[in-house]
Amino acid sequence: MLKILTHLGKYFLMLKEVFNKPLKWSAMKVLIFKEIDDLIIGSLGIVGFISFFVGGVVSIQTALNLTNPLIPKDLIGFATRQSVILEFAPTFISVIMAGKVGSFITSSIGTMRVTEQIDALEVMGVNSLNYLVFPKIIAMLFYPFLIGLSMFLGILGGWMAGVYGGFSNSEDFIRGIQTNFIPFHITYAFIKTLVFAFLLATIPSYHGFYMKGGALEVGKASTVSFVWTSVAIILFNYILTQLLLSK
Amino acid sequence: MIEIKNIEKSFGDTQVLKGISTIFETGKTNLIIGQSGSGKTVLLKSLLGIHTPDKGTISFDGRIYSELNTNEKRTLRTEIGMVFQGSALFDSMTVEENVGFPLTMFSNKTKDEIKERVDFVLKRVNLIDANSKKPSEISGGMQKRVAIARAIVNNPKYLFCDEPNSGLDPKTAIVIDNLIKEITEEYNITTVINTHDMNSVMEIGQKIIFLKEGILAWEGTKKDIFKTDNEAIVDFVYSSNLFKKIRKAQNKEDK
Repeated sequence: MLKILTHLGKYFLMLKEVFNKPLKWSAMKVLIFKEIDDLIIGSLGIVGFISFFVGGVVSIQTALNLTNPLIPKDLIGFATRQSVILEFAPTFISVIMAGKVGSFITSSIGTMRVTEQIDALEVMGVNSLNYLVFPKIIAMLFYPFLIGLSMFLGILGGWMAGVYGGFSNSEDFIRGIQTNFIPFHITYAFIKTLVFAFLLATIPSYHGFYMKGGALEVGKASTVSFVWTSVAIILFNYILTQLLLSK
Repeated sequence: MIEIKNIEKSFGDTQVLKGISTIFETGKTNLIIGQSGSGKTVLLKSLLGIHTPDKGTISFDGRIYSELNTNEKRTLRTEIGMVFQGSALFDSMTVEENVGFPLTMFSNKTKDEIKERVDFVLKRVNLIDANSKKPSEISGGMQKRVAIARAIVNNPKYLFCDEPNSGLDPKTAIVIDNLIKEITEEYNITTVINTHDMNSVMEIGQKIIFLKEGILAWEGTKKDIFKTDNEAIVDFVYSSNLFKKIRKAQNKEDK
């Protein structure tokens, strides 16, 4: 328990350093664009692929479970929409991103630690935490764009699997998507997404920055970082759902 | 000039530095030598501000590091150049970007002015046609040259080198040693080099301090090494057969 509290304290002290004024905004701007490219643009393919096919699977499984003829067929579209918007896109994709983006962040910062590149920054007088982590946090502000795309492709995948798989027709599916639509669910999903984006940028950075040892430890730090980022995402998912959706 | 007074540093129960005092002179290559685990790296990292000493003071031309405020420390750091053991070049940047990095971060120079200065220092370290290459695309010796170029690009007053020859073949090691010595004299820099390479000691050691188990066991010049009766340094230097032969020859000449 004491160890967890020590890590938490160190994490918040890290955040304090991260949000110091950057040494030079022009250099920071270049870093931010690079991070957007690495973290967001570089994830478009995998997020699109997973979203499309998982959306399709949700649609098929919902259809196969509708054995009662009294249940309307538009439930397939409704269930797909709700699953994708409320949970799949913001949470499931974030856990996947903890593996993809999180491991990348931990291993890249960890390698810089092992090869003394972070020491080099410090010796030059550069606030290394601000230089390395702040651009990642700013880049992850574009994460909701990725999740918006995931929502769209998930529902599209569901529609294609439902219609072309012969489980539903297009009218029923689209009616289902529009049934009982609550706009706040989108707000809720994007609030979650922003919180997860912050966790995805900072927890892996923490594990990379404070790692000790050599190349083997970089690998271990990436694994530990994935585990803790996932735990934090799941925990915050519960807390935010309780706070935002319960009446 | 860098003056250290009674530096002590412990990690847990282990005391690594046990009250070291010395002066590193300007315009000279000052060498810290000693066996692995003698406290060389900890002393160097304390000089760089990476480790904070438990006791004692370090002053850079009269400025006591521990008494400086954050801005003064930052200014002092811009006057320091460092060559790391593994070069510590930024993997994601080209040679040119690596060398220009301190200028990009700390000067108001335009892109053209930075390019001009980078070209100048790369030429000074005899590195041409490597500007657009990544560190992974050049040899270890070239990486060391880039690291030296990066360390001197901002006209530092103090240059620190941690094992600048490690991983290099003997010929390249001599070239790097001489380059550091030339730059030190040319720009009147206070250079501190951490090494256990006796060839470096004999090649460029203008002032040498010898650490043994965290204590300053001996200090002097490379000429003094052959004359000293200090058991610790004699034991360290003449653990190499080559130096045993040199000492014998030297003694014969003296007789």
